[in-house]
Amino acid sequence: MSDSPKPTNPNPTNPIARYREARKERIDSLAQLSARDRVAVGAGAGGPGSDWTPSPDEVSVTESGTIEEKPGVSLWRSAWLRLRRNPVFLLGLTITIIFVLVAIFAPWIAPKDPVTGYLIDQVRRQTNPVPGPQPGFPLGGDHLGRDLLSRLIVGSRQTLIVGVLATFGGFIGGLILGTLAGALGGWVDSLVMRLVDVMLSIPSLVLALSIGAVASRPSQWTLIIAIAVVQVPIFARLLRGSLLAQRSSDHVLAAQALGIKRGPIIFRHMLPNAMGPVIVQATLALAVAIIDAAALSFIGLGDPDQRTPEWGAMLGQAQTYIYDHPHLAYYPAICIIVVALGFTLMGESLREALDPKTRR
Amino acid sequence: MTTTTTERRAAVRETAPLLSVRDLTVTFQRHGEEPFRAVDGVSFDVRPGETVGLVGESGCGKSVTSLAIMRLLPKRGNKVTGTVNFEGTDLLSLSDAKMRDRRGRDIAMVFQDPLSSLNPVVPLGVQVAEVLERHRGMSRKAAMPVAAELLKRVGIPDPVRRLRDYPHQLSGGMRQRALIAIAVACAPRLLIADEPTTALDVTIQAQILALLKELVEDTGTALIMITHDLGVVAGLCDEVNVLYGGRIVERGDRHPLFRDPRHPYTNGLLASIPRLDAAGERLTPIPGSVADNLPWDHACAFAPRCSQPIEICTQVTPQLEVADGRALRCHNPVTSGWSGPSAGQTEGDVAR
Repeated sequence: MSDSPKPTNPNPTNPIARYREARKERIDSLAQLSARDRVAVGAGAGGPGSDWTPSPDEVSVTESGTIEEKPGVSLWRSAWLRLRRNPVFLLGLTITIIFVLVAIFAPWIAPKDPVTGYLIDQVRRQTNPVPGPQPGFPLGGDHLGRDLLSRLIVGSRQTLIVGVLATFGGFIGGLILGTLAGALGGWVDSLVMRLVDVMLSIPSLVLALSIGAVASRPSQWTLIIAIAVVQVPIFARLLRGSLLAQRSSDHVLAAQALGIKRGPIIFRHMLPNAMGPVIVQATLALAVAIIDAAALSFIGLGDPDQRTPEWGAMLGQAQTYIYDHPHLAYYPAICIIVVALGFTLMGESLREALDPKTRR
Repeated sequence: MTTTTTERRAAVRETAPLLSVRDLTVTFQRHGEEPFRAVDGVSFDVRPGETVGLVGESGCGKSVTSLAIMRLLPKRGNKVTGTVNFEGTDLLSLSDAKMRDRRGRDIAMVFQDPLSSLNPVVPLGVQVAEVLERHRGMSRKAAMPVAAELLKRVGIPDPVRRLRDYPHQLSGGMRQRALIAIAVACAPRLLIADEPTTALDVTIQAQILALLKELVEDTGTALIMITHDLGVVAGLCDEVNVLYGGRIVERGDRHPLFRDPRHPYTNGLLASIPRLDAAGERLTPIPGSVADNLPWDHACAFAPRCSQPIEICTQVTPQLEVADGRALRCHNPVTSGWSGPSAGQTEGDVAR
């Protein structure tokens, strides 16, 4: 910068020399980078059996902070390339995949029928209310002599269905309200957002309780609707905020300057760019939905059919025996925590990967 | 060379204007604040095939002028008055839908920051095709080869492969080329370039300017060049409007204006350009900043920063006086001409 040496500098030629040094270093690092790129290209072209993806090291972050990628790499794709190396994300993904697979194939995985009281003979109300572990029943039975392991496995289905459907419902509701508010603005925005504020001000459990009460008979569906309704304002607010940011963005102005109509601007230019945080929220919301579902089942607002295994309901039933047989509560609780943790880990690392601020 | 340019300019001046801006005034009105006139009675003409520069420092109203012409200013808090006559229609009184049909088809715009002006999640080809679909009624399938042709036209190598690329995969220069391709896709008769080279480095700037010049010459598109860079003006513009504080303070053809700037502000701008033949000398900046304004209502806004103010400058608003192709708003114009090197040399130096 300054050609004239500062008075504190003992050597007048020093700044220039330093400048030259810095420049040499820059050039050297550039040379190294380009050498690495050449290696990457060579390996990509000639590598035996290698698919198109460069290995993580070749997707190199250059000094200037841009990420070198092959053509046609969308933001999602580049986020995936980063995520692939993130152990936190991989852990979350593994838990989630195992959970989903178990839920889907539960009837075939479960060693016993979850509703038959195999061990009912051993149940003594006073002396031995819960049959212990024994051959064929690794976790023992519950208070009705049913196989605990099979109930846990089959119970994952309920959790998955409720979690996914409730989150999906909340997502769709939030998408509609958020788009209305964020894309149209004006009085529509004010109206929708006041509605959302009202929804936000009601605690989720209370809302779910009242929905269950209004439905007169709680069922799996009241559970799903209750949790979905609670999720709607969160999604709506998030999407609205992110659409507002899009509305004042340069590329939307540029699209307007090209005479693109309102609809395409909203659906092609604004929404796809605003979806990132919403999709992250959906992953996190799944964890919340699972915990909420368990909580509601715990207080008896879930499926009234006591035979259907459900983690939250199992936890509720375990209350009676919590002092003598705490394992009845431990197992479903651990399942809920681990699955919720899996979704949370995945969501958090997804957010990091998609957030431009945390990108190097 | 100068004579041919003069002749050509004389011929151009005879033709009817394509765009005729009269008394354009943009007032920012915020609740509970004093209204602020960002653009204050600006009038100028753009003729077919002509390149007109709007020059001035930050905050002088250049960009607001262009957005007002395009009717892209937010409706709330802005009041736009005056007329913007484009081929006989007043753009300011068109319905929203009619105006939308004209944007991109008759008038297109190139923005300053090429990365943020492209949609980050849509491949380039789709973004070019979108304009063609909108204004030419083409199908996506039919538009894609045209899009590739356009990319090729603006000098993007390997255009067919680039169609599938996302904006972040292109270099800054390529992005600006792509933006220009999108802007000229429907062969608009007027192109507004709002500081198209500001975000680019110097070598790329020169390329982009050359490209714009080529496009203008090939297609006969009129160009409004908004810039704070007199080098850009020197290389490209036929006529130059110098803005200060929301008003035009001097207008003239490029050569006469650069050879003989009359307004102290124009003179100051020219004097503050680094020159090759003035090595070792200090630059002569204009003192103060654009915020040190007097209101135009009963003074010259530039007076506090002027090199040669006289008493009347702080008492009476100077009027824009037009004489033989030049316009000037000054009580005490620079008389002796600019004491720099000869005009021909200046132009070359300024351009780079």
